[in-house]
Amino acid sequence: MDEIKYNSSIDYGTPKSQSAKQVTLTIDDREITVPDGVSIMHAAAVAGVMVPKLCATDSLEPFGSCRLCLVEIEGRRGYPASCTTPVAEGLKVHTQTPKLADIRRGTMELYISDHPLDCLTCATNGDCELQDMAGAVGLREVRYGYDGENHLASVKDESNPYFTFDPSKCIVCSRCVRACEETQGTFALTISGRGFESKVSAGNKDFLESECVSCGACVQACPTATLIEKTVIEAGTPEHSVTTTCAYCGVGCSFDAEMKGEEVVRMTPTKNGGANHGHSCVKGRFAWGYATHKDRITTPMIRKSIKDPWQQVGWDEAINYAASELTRIQKQYGSDAIGGITSSRCTNEEVYVTQKLIRAVFGVNNVDTCARVCHSPTGYGLKQTLGESAGTQTFDSVMHSDVIFIIGANPTDGHPVFASQMKRRLREGAKLIIADPREIDLVANSPHIRADYHLKLRPGTNVALVSALAHVIVTEGLVQEAFVKERCEWDSFAEWRDFVAKPENSPEALADELGVDAETMRAAARMYATGGDAAIYYGLGVTEHSQGSTTVMGIANLAMATANLGREGVGVNPLRGQNNVQGSCDMGSMPHEFPGYRHVADDTTRALFESAWGRPLSKEPGLRIPNMLDEAGEGNFKGLYCVGEDIVQSDPNTQHVTHSLENMECVIVQDLFLNETAMFAHVFFPGASFLEKSGTFTNAERRISPVRRVMRPKNGYEDWEVTTKLSEALGYPMHYSHASEIMDEIAALTPTFRGVSFKKLDEMGSVQWPCDDEHPDGTPIMHIDEFVRGKGKFFITQYVPTTEKVNAKFPLILTTGRILSQYNVGAQTRRTHNTAWHAEDILEVHPHDAEERGIKEGDWVGIVSRAGETVLRAKITDRVQAGVVYTTFHHPESGANVITTDNSDWATNCPEFKVTAVQVSRVSQLSDWQKHYKTFSEAQIAFAGKKAEAAKVS
Amino acid sequence: MDIKRLISMANQIGDFYESYPNQSQAQENIAKHLNSFWALPMRKQIAEYVNVQGGNGLHQMVQTAIKAHIQV
Repeated sequence: MDEIKYNSSIDYGTPKSQSAKQVTLTIDDREITVPDGVSIMHAAAVAGVMVPKLCATDSLEPFGSCRLCLVEIEGRRGYPASCTTPVAEGLKVHTQTPKLADIRRGTMELYISDHPLDCLTCATNGDCELQDMAGAVGLREVRYGYDGENHLASVKDESNPYFTFDPSKCIVCSRCVRACEETQGTFALTISGRGFESKVSAGNKDFLESECVSCGACVQACPTATLIEKTVIEAGTPEHSVTTTCAYCGVGCSFDAEMKGEEVVRMTPTKNGGANHGHSCVKGRFAWGYATHKDRITTPMIRKSIKDPWQQVGWDEAINYAASELTRIQKQYGSDAIGGITSSRCTNEEVYVTQKLIRAVFGVNNVDTCARVCHSPTGYGLKQTLGESAGTQTFDSVMHSDVIFIIGANPTDGHPVFASQMKRRLREGAKLIIADPREIDLVANSPHIRADYHLKLRPGTNVALVSALAHVIVTEGLVQEAFVKERCEWDSFAEWRDFVAKPENSPEALADELGVDAETMRAAARMYATGGDAAIYYGLGVTEHSQGSTTVMGIANLAMATANLGREGVGVNPLRGQNNVQGSCDMGSMPHEFPGYRHVADDTTRALFESAWGRPLSKEPGLRIPNMLDEAGEGNFKGLYCVGEDIVQSDPNTQHVTHSLENMECVIVQDLFLNETAMFAHVFFPGASFLEKSGTFTNAERRISPVRRVMRPKNGYEDWEVTTKLSEALGYPMHYSHASEIMDEIAALTPTFRGVSFKKLDEMGSVQWPCDDEHPDGTPIMHIDEFVRGKGKFFITQYVPTTEKVNAKFPLILTTGRILSQYNVGAQTRRTHNTAWHAEDILEVHPHDAEERGIKEGDWVGIVSRAGETVLRAKITDRVQAGVVYTTFHHPESGANVITTDNSDWATNCPEFKVTAVQVSRVSQLSDWQKHYKTFSEAQIAFAGKKAEAAKVS
Repeated sequence: MDIKRLISMANQIGDFYESYPNQSQAQENIAKHLNSFWALPMRKQIAEYVNVQGGNGLHQMVQTAIKAHIQV
């Protein structure tokens, strides 16, 4: 039997079945063979027979409430609902009979009798399943009139900034309620009341005040105009659609940009998106308005000094000025005096041409990317242990996990669409271990989910925890020795085993340091090692430490020792913060590596690129971002090309960063907005939004997905074109006419991308690297038969406490994180209605620490560290432990990174964002830094000819 | 670059390798790390600090590694 070829534009009514058993039945005289377990409705759709339906949709389990999908089955009594009736061998089903037609018309008549007849002026006219079904069943009259009691006067809930809820149009099919439960896992909606009083309720609150996370699943599921995007109400229904990739987090969701001409009407999650399977979050689904925000700068600008107003110029003048300044600086200060920084918000193609420009034209390897400050320890640690700087699994792999171990990650806020999938698996019964200093939502604040163990460790003690867990696994005989012997370097294992078995690495010896009960650690280790297929998911709570790389290696050690690698359901899974963290690293934007993680000192690789690029290349590793800033601070580094990144807001010790930028003579910023770094720039190249360019993003599961241009760039050029123009002005033309040609060059020079092309992405939708002759359809799971490095290598992970110590002056530890509605430095999300959920960064303080300091909810509090001081509003909560305070860094005026220090990871210089010793006290005014920032930023915004009210929703 | 910053960074590398039983291999790994990830001016500066200025405050293993294996 051939596999069914599903068409993503068809709603099959109920989900697919994974059963290998095939069943053959007859539907309306058509014989059809389908997997056992699917519904008759689903089988009918496969056969091309569309049974009328309202409460069914194939993203949700069948519900059987609307009574439209009734069928007749020969030999069975009555009129069973086809959505809830499974197929069976030999069934003969009839979907269209006079009796069925009569029943359906009667049912529809009842629906319509309590539904406004305003189809012509309704926002979903032409895109309404209720309207379609009225037509399908041949409804011609409604005999009951509107004099009786009805819901037509029900009041709209317009509290959510992105969609409306109009109960007068609701048919109470429960699709929204079930989508909130099954797809999103938030359970914010319910049907309250009984009978006629039944209505969809967001917990008796309006949508904005409710538990709703605005993921859009309910809107997507609604078959009427009850839940509908406000943009559709305003603009009307879209007329064409282009599939592209979200520009937010590392999940990399596929979206259909639904358009009217060059105007986006709405973004809907692509049903067959490889990473998201038709789901979305509040950012990707709704927060795209920044792309047309009035704050965007679309004209190039130059100036001699940051004390001067900006001068708007044409592209040629801006490009030539930048080129002349870079040339002058290199002549005056030496080749090494300039470099560049790319961003994980750039496409692969943009990153590639930027690092090519820096290596081949600047003649240096001073190129780095923002992964430096997030997941550089992942690249280092996984390369050392497993041989490849990437996560090992697909997101879908989590559906096979028996034990999920989350370390230093907050998926429901940082990676919400994947978190929904993870929650689904947890509701199915997978065990959950969480190691986090803070009580993230998955600990006990998500419906029907409760962590089996929450290891609420002190910030900065991850390595001690990993060693303690390893100690239990080794000393209690839980190592999978057969796997280790076959797959790993035995000598490295033996050294590691002997190290972790030492008494000083036992949970009992480390309990006080960690602040975690020893027996809890033992139980968690046993669960991870013996609970079945176990997968580790980790985030910046692992990497952004002075021992970030050590923890990554320790995680890989645990996975190798317990044989939790190389198949579905297991693995080591770094949850990447931004959409293209993986891709920006893959594309050679680290100062020591060419694309494909090949060291610049490797003669063969260097010769390959020298031949392709026609320029001699340096064999010396270049400067990392913190090295560039240090050198600039001392007057040795004078020119920077910064593409899409905002180091002033996102990098640690803000005052050190700004001092270094002030010391430079030519800072070129390429961005959508006058971001914080641009305030210190001399050249501003306006950038294009993700809607205005072609390229690819690579998500946390190595999935390369297409970014497709749906409108012309408002600045005139796609970003890779700007980079090639700069290159040409510097005497090195790059001859690309489309981003696809850049990918062709990447594929030609990078073994793991050899089989990748835009054509393949058009055909497959997306593909996970390595994609080469051996794996033409990509590699969903890595390290199946052997590790990329051959044998896996264990590393000893000695715990070295951070030098960022608490003391009497700085008695608390500040740790930082993210929130669902905002993204990274907030440059995008602050310019959307997402500010409705998070208008400012706040400081979480434990009740004990607050009481000691006389701090009350909402008080202004000063936070002082060895690096600086800022002021935030306080929130009193026991989500943080005593002795720890927490904040986000989405708003520049918060100055969260004014406080963080220069401490960094030993191997990669990834900043230690997660541990800063601070003191907190009540204050009555902004900090000196904040006062200075306000004055400075207002002046800079005025220099650009903008009103000094940036970051407000238009 | 500020030599204190380089000393601090180099000492962190030394701390990582301190627990390795094969000290001579550990020293090679320290130097390999510096050669692979530190820019040449940084390597020159730390090497000069060790070889000319005595390396005060620098992890002993790192000093030995630099003397034996650093590429400048």
